[in-house]
Amino acid sequence: MDFKLTEERQMLQDSLRRILSDTTDHESIAKATDSITGLDPELWEQLVEMGLPGAMFTEDEGGFGGAGFDIMVVAEELGRAGLPSPLIDSALLSGTVLASTRPALVEEIIAGRIIAFAHAEPDSRYELSQVSTTAQQSGDGWVLKGSKAVVHNAAAAETCIVSARLAGATDAAEGIGLFLVPTDAMQMRDYPLHGGGRAAELVLDVTLDADARLTEDGFALIQTAQARASAAQCAEALGLMETIKALTVDYLRQRRQFGQPIGKFQALQHRMADVLIEIEQVRSAVINLCGHLDAPERELHVSAAKNLVGRTARLVVEESIQMHGGIGMTMEYALGHFAKRLSMVDHRFGDADYHLERFIALAQSAA
Amino acid sequence: MDLSYSAEQLAFHETVRTFLRDKLPERLSLKVASGKRLTKQDFEEWHAILNQQGWLGVNWPTEHGGTGWDAVQRHIFEEETTRANAPRIVPFGVAMLGPVLMKFGSDAQKAHYLPRILNGDDWWCQGYSEPGAGSDLANVQTSAVRDGDHYVVNGQKTWTTLGQHANMIFCLVRTSREGKRQEGISFLLIDMNTPGIEVRPIVLIDGEPEVNEVWFKDVRVPAENLVGTENMGWTYAKYLLTHERTNIAGVGFARAGLAALKRIAGEQTHHGKPLIENPFFAAKLAEVEIDLMAMATTNLRTIAAAASGQAPGAESSMLKVKGTVIRQQINALTKQAVGPYAAPFVSEQLDEGSNLDPIGPDYALPATQAYLNNRKLSIYGGSNEVQRAIISKAILEL
Repeated sequence: MDFKLTEERQMLQDSLRRILSDTTDHESIAKATDSITGLDPELWEQLVEMGLPGAMFTEDEGGFGGAGFDIMVVAEELGRAGLPSPLIDSALLSGTVLASTRPALVEEIIAGRIIAFAHAEPDSRYELSQVSTTAQQSGDGWVLKGSKAVVHNAAAAETCIVSARLAGATDAAEGIGLFLVPTDAMQMRDYPLHGGGRAAELVLDVTLDADARLTEDGFALIQTAQARASAAQCAEALGLMETIKALTVDYLRQRRQFGQPIGKFQALQHRMADVLIEIEQVRSAVINLCGHLDAPERELHVSAAKNLVGRTARLVVEESIQMHGGIGMTMEYALGHFAKRLSMVDHRFGDADYHLERFIALAQSAA
Repeated sequence: MDLSYSAEQLAFHETVRTFLRDKLPERLSLKVASGKRLTKQDFEEWHAILNQQGWLGVNWPTEHGGTGWDAVQRHIFEEETTRANAPRIVPFGVAMLGPVLMKFGSDAQKAHYLPRILNGDDWWCQGYSEPGAGSDLANVQTSAVRDGDHYVVNGQKTWTTLGQHANMIFCLVRTSREGKRQEGISFLLIDMNTPGIEVRPIVLIDGEPEVNEVWFKDVRVPAENLVGTENMGWTYAKYLLTHERTNIAGVGFARAGLAALKRIAGEQTHHGKPLIENPFFAAKLAEVEIDLMAMATTNLRTIAAAASGQAPGAESSMLKVKGTVIRQQINALTKQAVGPYAAPFVSEQLDEGSNLDPIGPDYALPATQAYLNNRKLSIYGGSNEVQRAIISKAILEL
């Protein structure tokens, strides 16, 4: 039993925390969100030089990490800083697919190239097997037609991985192909997101070369990619919660009303204590998930963590704003950014209810 | 025990419905229903329509041009206007200042200000909170020092809702630093165009500049703008807050929100079926509906007591806590129902005349906006923590 980080991971965590605290605050994030790509290119370059994408891949794949706890360490720090980054989409979603289909491209991702992951569709909500976009063979190549929804970092990516149906019903797990598509071949409408960063709606009517197809049966790969991305998202949420907790505890100490710091009121003390307990639960759920990313019961831990994180995110968002009062609702003070970013965690990769239902089904079928 | 309205009340109900059907402009109700941003002119237009009918002074007696309605009639009116997606009546002049002037203002103040509230000459805002005086309102530090026939005002107010539209502000100011803090506060009416006043918008987490900071630097206010007696402002402030807290339960808003939620959950699909049929979601929806049904009756019990002459007391605190918790739960479920499209944040879409297509369904952006913006419900007008303290003191006597 050992819950300590290895020396390498500890070093990565320390230097990442230092760089982010020197370069990043809620105002710089808002500024980057308003820019064309939605990210600060200099900062991204700096993070790439530190080896952030590389830490998401094993040595065999050309990286220097790739385990669940590498994901946890990095994503938690990004969360602490409130920083939206292409790491989840490019290195974990696209990277996981490419590592087993087009390993040459992993090297480019490690070097900082951004490849977006366009899987979800306007009507798919959180159903991973729901793909209406079609792929049809045409001569030597492929014709893809359909729409993709809320594709993160699309404007910053020259290339997207796009899922499209080769066979089967629109909700069948079988028959989902994955393709490499140049972003400028698609119609794109991009927009900012609550909590920072940008995403886009994509409309496809494109003809591709034969080698654009990465796999003809990609569902299992998509599920693995989303499990790794969910681990990162949950760890990021944990980092957001830690910062929100620190801001709120500071505020409880400093803010005086009725002649004393409001943190002296027992009603608030007990609620803040509950917030702390729940955040520690989240840390444990993230550790559970990151420790089981390669285990047979991986999906059970995905749903357990996503459910717990979803529930706790709402608690932490609402309690932190309430304990701050009006100042917690402004965009001028840092809390607003962190709380908004945390409030969006439950709108990607399935919400708390979705994963509660899924957990029940997985637990019953395992029994 | 009789839960139904009397024949007269039912007839009144019908009158209100007919009026809304005939007079509420569709342009306005569509904006409200779709969560679009309302302009100053939109509010003024609706105020003028109500005023023409004699229905703007909802909580005013007839002698001042009000409706003279009792608590049940006011409740019916509020419920129906919310259901019809009418803009809300901007509360600062009509609901808050009006009753204070009627009870404590001079004859000259009543004659001058009350008609101007109804006919839209003045847009009032509320100068209560300060950076150091939130829940602890008695801590106001903005000072007013008498200088001949003027007060000279210095200090800062904050969270001034829609202050950017206002030409007048009613303020709690400190006129004495002796004795208890509550005994050195006065209630002053200030023209926002007086030199030395600066208004700065505060952008909230939904991206909207709904509230403002207001600075006062050597602002000279005629002494005749003092309401009532110097250093008695706390009494008037508390009187105003009891009026701020009528309709605090927000039953009409909750019902409208619940109806919208059911529509959205009927359109979104989960595992190929409408989300509203998913037992996990349906259970949460049912719980909040059950809470709302009971709270509506708690609200009517309070209204019936008020109609029979009992002054509203700590019961309004109870309604505020429960009412805001229910509305916030409806907002949270609506945001959840929207799914992945809760994330895009294109606030230009809320502009009237914006021809931007919505990202995802048209109800997605307003759902997130409402969730974020309505965090304020449990913060303003005395936070829910303050309301619970009032309940434990006044009802439980702890």
